[in-house]
Amino acid sequence: MTYKLKEELNKKERFAQGHRLCAGCGAGVAVSAVLRALDEEDKAVVSNATSCLEVSTFIYPDTAYEDSYIHSAFENAAAMTGGVETAYRVLKKRGKIDENFKFICFGGDGGTYDIGLQSLSGAMERGHDMVYVCYDNEAYMNTGIQRSSATPRFADATTTPVGTKSYGKIQNKKDLTAIIAAHGVPYVAQTTMLGNFRDIHEKAHRAIYTEGPCFLNVLAPCPRGWRYGMDDLAEICRLAVDTCVWPLYEVVNGKWHLTYEPRTKLPVSDFLEKQGRFAHMFRPGNEWMIDEAQQYVDEKWENLKARCE
Amino acid sequence: MRDRMSGNEAVAFAMKQIDPDVMGAFPITPSTEIPQYFSKYIADGEVHTEFVAVESEHSAMSTCIGASAAGARAITATSSAGLAYMWELLYVAASSRLPIVMAVVNRALTGPININNDHSDSMGCRDSGWIQIYAENNQEVYDNYIQAMPVAEHCRLPIMICQDGFITSHAVENIELLEDEQVRSFVGEYDPEHYLLKKDEPLAVGPYGISPYYMEIKKGQAEAMKESRTRIYEVAEAFAKISGRSYGMIEEYMMDDADFAVVLIGSSAGTAKAAAHGLREAGIKAGVIKVRVFRPFPWEELRKALRGVKAVAVMDKSEGFSGWGGPLFAETRAALYDLEESARPLLQSLVYGLGGRDVTVSTFEAIYEDLARTAEAGTVEHIYRHVGVRGDEEGIQG
Repeated sequence: MTYKLKEELNKKERFAQGHRLCAGCGAGVAVSAVLRALDEEDKAVVSNATSCLEVSTFIYPDTAYEDSYIHSAFENAAAMTGGVETAYRVLKKRGKIDENFKFICFGGDGGTYDIGLQSLSGAMERGHDMVYVCYDNEAYMNTGIQRSSATPRFADATTTPVGTKSYGKIQNKKDLTAIIAAHGVPYVAQTTMLGNFRDIHEKAHRAIYTEGPCFLNVLAPCPRGWRYGMDDLAEICRLAVDTCVWPLYEVVNGKWHLTYEPRTKLPVSDFLEKQGRFAHMFRPGNEWMIDEAQQYVDEKWENLKARCE
Repeated sequence: MRDRMSGNEAVAFAMKQIDPDVMGAFPITPSTEIPQYFSKYIADGEVHTEFVAVESEHSAMSTCIGASAAGARAITATSSAGLAYMWELLYVAASSRLPIVMAVVNRALTGPININNDHSDSMGCRDSGWIQIYAENNQEVYDNYIQAMPVAEHCRLPIMICQDGFITSHAVENIELLEDEQVRSFVGEYDPEHYLLKKDEPLAVGPYGISPYYMEIKKGQAEAMKESRTRIYEVAEAFAKISGRSYGMIEEYMMDDADFAVVLIGSSAGTAKAAAHGLREAGIKAGVIKVRVFRPFPWEELRKALRGVKAVAVMDKSEGFSGWGGPLFAETRAALYDLEESARPLLQSLVYGLGGRDVTVSTFEAIYEDLARTAEAGTVEHIYRHVGVRGDEEGIQG
């Protein structure tokens, strides 16, 4: 498959314009990119965990989805999608439907790393033929930027505020991609929106067209929570990848592969300084924070490289 | 055909005869046997249902919601903490108007942990928008289950088919079963108008319902619940034609000329009937009202049946913690408000049988004696009491 963004953009949009996500939000861009990876002749049922995405794209009576869509709660999206997929298999077996459907579920990091982890783990273990896409914006943005287990250390979130006795979040980010890979599912990948969108497109296509449960973790920056200018989404994504804060890789049938290695690994401060949530790290006397952040990213990156073939 | 089976097996057998599309279930005592029996039917190729062995009851109900919205007939079974864990999603299922059928094997809620029967689990979710039908014995739970889908799918409301944990779920009784063909033609094919997988007609389910729309959705549910009464009667009538067994919203036992009555739900009705029968032989006009359908609430039927009765004990197998009686009492009392004073019975709340506390024929004899004293006195001394609690002087012993 030769990927050409222009041709892909000529496909009929499955995620309609006019949704109510913020300007500069990564979630909507991620959803468009993933849904564009569906072959045009295939139908899909798109599902959501309760999230910014859900409350901005299906406000009664308007839906932003051209495909069938279902949402029911915050913590159950994977199990619910498994129910839809099971119904598809049985109705097909019974001759009640004949079209091909794909099942793509989107949840934020709160609904995936935290409250929905059990439901996701169960659905992955049971082997439903579905793709779960986490759009990771590293905090509970829908309720007002509270920390999640996906929030990185030092980030200023509303439940880990920076103060005279606090430097922001204490703990490092949970490595969810590795946790899902440990389920032994056929395809797991980390991606984000870069350049001509080839990386996210190819990974989404592979996830959608690999039989069995597949998982994509998409870094999806949030201009409100991360405090960057709304024009800067693409640059923030690029810096996350080139600093190795968000490495791009995939795990195919248990084999780990890096899908991108920066020619020059940039210092983590290049990524941090663009965002208001890390502003306190650049105050005099706080140099140790940047040092520790750099050490952590370096360690994770070396471990990942050692794991990849 | 005649057989002998437990209440759990009877439910699983009804499920097998119906052969629904998707079952999502998680083990919890005392309902565990239902998915167990059902899994064996699947393993032996006797049904074609897809069984999703989920990791929790929360995911069981989520699976049913997804499957039902997709156009499948979806079922589950649970008890107690499992039902409590589903609580959030019960409202979602009801508001999305998904006719999911849930077998509830009633068990006490934890605090302290207890695996035996009472109704606090399903009473806890009585206002979630589900139809609730309760059974006295194995035959009834089988019969109620066969009627569940024709009611739920017509009304587009989910339904709970409840039975008493261990008392009926594990006790083996004689039972009269319908033939598979009879069941299949009675229940029919599920053919929803809109569903996620419908050809050329995408559907969106589960919106963010803002204030200008939310109330219309709730009113729609409320209307459906009110109208479900008519459908419950229609289905019961059709069921009587194939089975010879009749059902309504309530069952009245010796109520035509009763001076004293108990109103209750579930298996204890059999014990109450035995007591009433005995007292009739001694010339005491005792009667029993068994509430079969709790949602929608049979207020018209109760008002008619209780008109002119002298004294009534409304018995709750759950503690409402309202400070003056259980939920069945509160709603029964409300139903009688419009009766003229001369026809309005003296009413009291009796909370009984919590966590499997036994009630026997002699317990009911003590209750009827107490009702006679109340009628004699012309006033209710203690409106809210408990049955069989050690050291409880205001309560009823027996």
